[in-house]
Amino acid sequence: MGGRLTFVQGNEACVEAALYAGLDFFAGYPITPSTEIAELMSVRLPQKGGRFMQMEDEIASICAIIGASLTGKKVLTATSGPGFSLMQEGLGFAIMAEIPCVIVDVQRGGPSTGLPTKVSQGDVNQARWGVHGDHSIIALTASNHQDVFAITVEAFNFSETYRTPVILLFDEVIGHMRERLEIPTPGEIHLVERLKTSVREGVDYHPYLPREDGRLPMSDFGGVHRYNVTGLFHDMWGFPSDNPRVVHELLRHLVDKIEGHVDELTRYKEYFIDDAEILLISYGASARSALHVAVDRRKRGERIGLLELQTLWPFPAALVREKTKNARYVVVVEMNMGQLLQSVKEAVERPERVFLSNRVDGVLITPEDIRNILRLIQGKGV
Amino acid sequence: MAVGDYLRERFFPHIWCPGCGHGIVLNGLLRTVENMGLKKNDIVMVSGIGCSSRIAGYLDFHTLHTLHGRALAFAVGVKMSRPELTVLVPMGDGDALSIGGNHFIHACRRNIDMTAIVMNNRVYGMTGGQYSPLSGYGTMATTAPYKNIDQEFDIVNIAAAAGATFVARTTAYHVQQLADVLEEAIRHKGFSVVEVMSQCPTYFGRKNKEGSAVDMMEKMKTLTTPIGSKAKQENPSLIERGVFVKKEMPEYCTEYQKIIERAMKGK
Repeated sequence: MGGRLTFVQGNEACVEAALYAGLDFFAGYPITPSTEIAELMSVRLPQKGGRFMQMEDEIASICAIIGASLTGKKVLTATSGPGFSLMQEGLGFAIMAEIPCVIVDVQRGGPSTGLPTKVSQGDVNQARWGVHGDHSIIALTASNHQDVFAITVEAFNFSETYRTPVILLFDEVIGHMRERLEIPTPGEIHLVERLKTSVREGVDYHPYLPREDGRLPMSDFGGVHRYNVTGLFHDMWGFPSDNPRVVHELLRHLVDKIEGHVDELTRYKEYFIDDAEILLISYGASARSALHVAVDRRKRGERIGLLELQTLWPFPAALVREKTKNARYVVVVEMNMGQLLQSVKEAVERPERVFLSNRVDGVLITPEDIRNILRLIQGKGV
Repeated sequence: MAVGDYLRERFFPHIWCPGCGHGIVLNGLLRTVENMGLKKNDIVMVSGIGCSSRIAGYLDFHTLHTLHGRALAFAVGVKMSRPELTVLVPMGDGDALSIGGNHFIHACRRNIDMTAIVMNNRVYGMTGGQYSPLSGYGTMATTAPYKNIDQEFDIVNIAAAAGATFVARTTAYHVQQLADVLEEAIRHKGFSVVEVMSQCPTYFGRKNKEGSAVDMMEKMKTLTTPIGSKAKQENPSLIERGVFVKKEMPEYCTEYQKIIERAMKGK
């Protein structure tokens, strides 16, 4: 790296990364703790000829970015839990109509208005299952600003590659904390641009006929191919269909294009895993405290490691199974009532040795919180 | 170009019931597009959910059939990204003013250059005849078996109060006025709202004993009058037709272009 050195909030790191990825259009609605993203976009986007809009609510925000994406633009919205709830309807549309877009959810305490200014990781399951109907989804996270930058660029790349919405699940601590960020130079991180159709004007273009590799080249609205986009089940022309074969094939396609590429979509980091008897699994701000514990205990000779997940959905079950193979205990560290814990338990060979270290009071989980759980597991008392 | 050249005949027959007014609106719209010489590649039609919203799929434009009530929000994203395109938004009365009411008033306020065509048949047709915010006090519907006690909106008044810079009303009976008003609305630089009173003989008509489609259209003729007519002075209960609002205001995309120029200069 030889990029510009900055000292910024996580929300700013996300903005820098989105601009680096080629963002053209942002629509959003003010909500703590994500608002800095909208504020910065209103300054930065027009400077590069892009467009920022403050919409009437989060429903309109996600709808507007989907509309903009159809004209060939890279698009983003940012919100927090309550707004993310409102966006589920539009999110489902983007899944069904296969429109690339990126949605940031800077998580705060919930349910309802909850704890607007306090940290939580309570939207992990909403990201996976908030949309009605069967579907699959990509949700990514990060625990420091350099990774926030990289994973945000990755979100745009995945979104274009798989023609699907991608969720960035950050949290209040990551969003508001300031730390060092070195902004990569142009070209340093590979960018995926939209796959456009090579079908010429006047030749029949099928917007929803996947290529052999499952990808669907797009044609911009306003371009030479006119077609229909709908949230109904649809045929290869994008026209509504309730033909059972069409319905089945489309649903399989929507799920398989993500679940069939778990390896390509999995991003993670690992620390001291090879000989670890105790394996911590964590993500986002929680992973910072988990890493502190792992480093600290290693110094004292304890065989403890950390698997930090950056891809939460699709859940990297095979990876978790592999990495937990030799551990006596697995401890999932997260700031919710065990939302990722369930997926970890399903993935490992012996779910009875998986424990939860959590905190759900709006305070960042501390190394001491994690150590207390470790003492209990190891029979050392609290 | 013949009107048929604007249709996606592959997707016919359409879903509308015999006697539905929406086909007349479609016809009027296509004649307007033809008269104006608009190119199919330059038109984006964004619709929501409901009988009227199905118009989009049948037309050979760039068509986006979205979520119930959200058409204007999607349309805003399209228009902001490609301001040179003509954006048309066909909507139903429940779609535009019940579930989409918030998006509707904010689109009016923002004055972004596109045209909302609200086909007002005073009923939720696709779900089988429930009352809408336009049904009105005393009407019958499948969810108002003892008569409706909901008061109704006036689309023209709401649009005008919310700041729309072009507001008009016509009916499925007055096809010539429909084409004229639509052309004026599309040419208007700003957010334009055209209410088209449309008949639903299947549900509203049947539930309210209004007779056949022809009977319902006959009522549109007798119960409406041009704005400011003598007939209106004599009979204040008549519904006025015509252009109610036409004013110049800064258009959103044009204003945003100025912001881009300022931001790029670093000011």
